[in-house]
Amino acid sequence: MKAKKIIIAVTPLLIFLVLVLVFKSSLSNDPRKLETKLVGQKVPSFKLGSVTNPEQVITNADLPKEIYLLNVWGTWCVSCYAEHPYLIEFSKTYPIKWVGMNYKDKPKDAIDYLQKYGDPFIYSIADISGQLGIDLGVYGAPETFIVDAQGYIRDRHVGVIDNRVWNKVIIPKLEAIGWENKR
Amino acid sequence: MKTFLIALCLLVSFTSLANETYQFDSPEQERLYREIANELRCPKCQNQSIADSDAPLSEDLRYLVYQKLKAGENKQQILQYMQERYGDFVLYDPPISPKNYVLWFMPLLVFIIIIIALIARVGRRELQPEDEAEE
Repeated sequence: MKAKKIIIAVTPLLIFLVLVLVFKSSLSNDPRKLETKLVGQKVPSFKLGSVTNPEQVITNADLPKEIYLLNVWGTWCVSCYAEHPYLIEFSKTYPIKWVGMNYKDKPKDAIDYLQKYGDPFIYSIADISGQLGIDLGVYGAPETFIVDAQGYIRDRHVGVIDNRVWNKVIIPKLEAIGWENKR
Repeated sequence: MKTFLIALCLLVSFTSLANETYQFDSPEQERLYREIANELRCPKCQNQSIADSDAPLSEDLRYLVYQKLKAGENKQQILQYMQERYGDFVLYDPPISPKNYVLWFMPLLVFIIIIIALIARVGRRELQPEDEAEE
């Protein structure tokens, strides 16, 4: 009977501890961060103009044939203004190409933005209608896709990439797929 | 008064699905459009369906649903299209998968455990009535 009493006494405590663990793990789990279905798939096919050069037509064939980052931005996106100086810095100091994806923007606003704040991108795809954004499952700019040399999407980061995210999240993920931090 | 009430009802029913007015081929198509828009969750504003949400993304997705219905796609195709891009999250009625087994089967499991515990307890009580006195 003693054993039974101990079990009865300990059970609520155990339930409590399990709940603490569950809630603890939920604390670091941001519900706004959604998984992407596109990991392991090719960049969706598109044929769109370039922001800085309206004559130029960009398709999948023009994308870099090496590991690169695809950054979704817009002048209407407040967080993008916070992220932009970091992108400028990273594009200068790290040997990786950034492709811009200007999402649902006015071409003139986008050009002004790049002239005013600098242009970290080798070019920016102008997705004025937002169709490429939908094909990429974009739901909140800024978003950054890690794409490998074969054109497969390997990961996605939603939100601003600052120094901390860059060093703790992006670089390890890049290195995991074979990127080397040297020129 | 009656006219006023009817007008009021119409007003309320129209505000339930935001903003745009689309031309549908049939009332059936419109009904399906509303049904789908209410079953798709807005990825941006997570506790609203795209029918309820004013986010620009929801507007785009509603337009996409409309275009696809017009093009003759069925509900299954449209939901799959969205799911391929935004994941199970976008569906208000997601499929059963290993990720949500806990959600589906936990209540059943708890129920079974309680039943077993009850049977064990009742069974023992019948065998050893002297236990009662001790407690």
